[in-house]
Amino acid sequence: MVNCFHCGDECRDDVITHDEKSFCCHGCKTVYDILHDSDLGYYYDIEKNPGISPNEIAGKFDFLDNQTIVEKLLEFNDGKMQIVSFVIPSIHCSSCIWILENLNKLSPSVTSSQVNFPEKTVRISFSSGEDALKNLVILLSRIGYEPYISLDDSDKKDKNVDRSLIFKLTVAGFAFGNIMFLSLPEYFEGSEFWLDKFKPFFRWLMFAFSLPVVFYSASGYFISAYKGLRSKILNIDVPIALGVAVLFIRSTIDIVMDWGTGFFDSLAGLLFFLLLGKFFQQKTYSYLSFERDYKSYFPIAVTRLFKNPEGNTVEEQAEVYKVEKGDRLLIRNNEIIPVDAILIKGNALIDYSFVTGEAEPISKQSGDKLFAGGKQQAGIIEVEVLKPVSQSYLTQLWSNDVFSKDRTGVFESLTDSISKRFTVTLLTIAFIATIFWMVVDPSKAFNVFTAVLIVACPCAIALAAPFTLGNVLRIFGREKLYLKEASVIEQMAKLDTVVFDKTGTLTTNQKNLITYEGVALTEEEQKLLTSTLRASSHPLSRSLYSILDKNDIQTLDEFEEEVGKGISASYNDNSIKVGSYEFVGDSSDSIDEIKNKTTVHISANKVYKGCYVFNSEYRTGVADVFEQIGKDKEVIVLSGDNEGERERLEAMLPQGVKLYFNQKPNDKLNFIKSLQQEGKRVLMIGDGLNDAGALKQSDVGFVISENTNVFSPACDGILDASKFDKIPDYLNFSKKGVQVIKWAFVLSLFYNLIGISFAVTGHLLPVVAAILMPLSSISVVVFTTVTTQSIGKKLRMSINKKS
Amino acid sequence: MTIIYMLLALSLLVAIIFFVLFIFSVRKGQYDDTYTPSVRMLFDDELVKENAELTGDNAGKKLNKTKVNLTNPDK
Repeated sequence: MVNCFHCGDECRDDVITHDEKSFCCHGCKTVYDILHDSDLGYYYDIEKNPGISPNEIAGKFDFLDNQTIVEKLLEFNDGKMQIVSFVIPSIHCSSCIWILENLNKLSPSVTSSQVNFPEKTVRISFSSGEDALKNLVILLSRIGYEPYISLDDSDKKDKNVDRSLIFKLTVAGFAFGNIMFLSLPEYFEGSEFWLDKFKPFFRWLMFAFSLPVVFYSASGYFISAYKGLRSKILNIDVPIALGVAVLFIRSTIDIVMDWGTGFFDSLAGLLFFLLLGKFFQQKTYSYLSFERDYKSYFPIAVTRLFKNPEGNTVEEQAEVYKVEKGDRLLIRNNEIIPVDAILIKGNALIDYSFVTGEAEPISKQSGDKLFAGGKQQAGIIEVEVLKPVSQSYLTQLWSNDVFSKDRTGVFESLTDSISKRFTVTLLTIAFIATIFWMVVDPSKAFNVFTAVLIVACPCAIALAAPFTLGNVLRIFGREKLYLKEASVIEQMAKLDTVVFDKTGTLTTNQKNLITYEGVALTEEEQKLLTSTLRASSHPLSRSLYSILDKNDIQTLDEFEEEVGKGISASYNDNSIKVGSYEFVGDSSDSIDEIKNKTTVHISANKVYKGCYVFNSEYRTGVADVFEQIGKDKEVIVLSGDNEGERERLEAMLPQGVKLYFNQKPNDKLNFIKSLQQEGKRVLMIGDGLNDAGALKQSDVGFVISENTNVFSPACDGILDASKFDKIPDYLNFSKKGVQVIKWAFVLSLFYNLIGISFAVTGHLLPVVAAILMPLSSISVVVFTTVTTQSIGKKLRMSINKKS
Repeated sequence: MTIIYMLLALSLLVAIIFFVLFIFSVRKGQYDDTYTPSVRMLFDDELVKENAELTGDNAGKKLNKTKVNLTNPDK
């Protein structure tokens, strides 16, 4: 088997040999020629077979003729120069970076281009001109780097990234280092002449450094503590804010009254470590987006037909948002229907798998209603709009309350639950100790009270969860489960119900399991069938063709395709009919149509032969996954498809798995809601837009994705489809992670005990605090990192063993 | 020992300069993409090599293109 020089795919049907190299298709060859002619052959030297086969569809980017759309896409435009940023999902290797940054060699109008590899974006500045943007997009598509432009791009968003955490961390780190340096002389309690002389100066300098730390770096903790108290929750930020405030006030009084050097070093160190934990907990997968809705799936523009004053029908590129009821639209092959509409002209074969979960494309006759989100798969159709985009059947799902609710902070994290008890205990100890010293030695009472609050500041407790979860998050990322944020892991550990979608989640998107039922075909008929299928563009024909032997392809004498029904063809004396039962079957025959299954029937020379039955192929290990999860959790299948697969699923899955079919997107959402009202904690695993509501409503929503480059609806995590059978391992791992956090709490409470014993006896020296605090923080960080990494290693071993 | 005021002021000044520079570079987005520049850096070398070859084989024809590259070393 020869592999394509450009894209590295196997050359299947016919190999194109050109310039002593083999190509799998003309697209690949064209890209090679373009690059070669512009002396960009180095593209092929950086990586082997780096290319992407271009997938050109004529007229696809015609919407860029519309100036308002162009304006919306441009980032900058001063009439001479224009700057645009594109997301290009096919960016995957260093050759891609090189070729995209050398675009100026392919097009003279490009002045510079810069790739952001992790985000898979390219920012291009080019000289403006008529159709400059359109030509640029066409050029990119021609070399295989088609930009992904969707309705989402038409809402200009603020691209300001929130970097305040980095700034806070920088300020705290800067102050921490400098304060440490300034307080070093006093750690040794020398009373040399010059030391005493500079003491006040050093102290006030430390005070100055601590100001930005308290008022800027720590501001988040004060705000969160205030919010917590107002809603009567003692979250972990309450004792932290208390500790920070007491540290600052006590230290300031110390230096004003000349009682000592204060605890400015501990104060800055505390915040530095806390913010470091927060920073570590964030791990962003910049090329994945967890917040997408239908807008990133829908096109930005459609072709609208209207009659001009002379009475001729004219095509026009209109923004999807501007489309109104009654407009006529033209939908091309492979385009998405953005609105609910009625089919007027043409043969519609709509793939709804992503929108409703129905596995096979559905053919529609003129007059039928088409729902938004379906993908046309057979030629050009003309439709009349019933409802504008925001009111369509699918997009109305997003007006559900679930999507406007902010879920963060709704659940009580492990840290918050311990912090409640911790804060109460801490305050009790502080007051008892103060009362004790009031009686024994009133001069020490203030010192002891503040010392307890300072040393018990739950720095280590606050660090336990961020570092454990941050590590777990990274381990999951390595194993191709990409989580939105660390708090998802805690939620994962608590789940007791798992709900699966069927189409695209339990079944694979690509392969179909095809079986033949009926009278065996003769060799002649076999050949004729292959040749007939080859000429058809129907998706079922394509997938059937791909599994048949491809020997002796004949040129047919006669070929006729009736869209929505079938194909008839003849060669020499043989004739064949392929298609639906009504089309193929002889009226005298009576065969029970296999209901709810996708079938292709065949008759040769007017005699009915049999049919190919298409079964969706389930992912490997589905039964195993259900078995394992079923041990301690309830498992449910929720499908938007019809009941055709019920028997097969029942036979395959373990007893007790509940199956629900014909579930509309809203039904799924409500189903999850009712489970939650019963007190269940639900994990939803889905893939398409139809699961979007359920994914959002569930406690944890995962999306299964064959290709993480393509669109996936809003969720808490994206799981690579190849790791489907590892889901039970991931769930177990999250439980172990939570266990680690609990052990880290024990460790940090132990440190607090030591610190408090110093504090209540009135012996807390600044130097003790300065050692104890970082020590406890660092040992908690080391403990959590080492343990999570070691259990992570076990996870990887068990995953590798199975696969 | 009053020189210590001077020394402290100087050391702080240096520290603050770096601090400000760091904040400035983060704000300008210089740390947003830490991967691509590492790859881009390697291309520059290769490109020069390729240009040298070109000037060898096909000097007259390709010279202009080579010039474009050399005047834009960051491409």
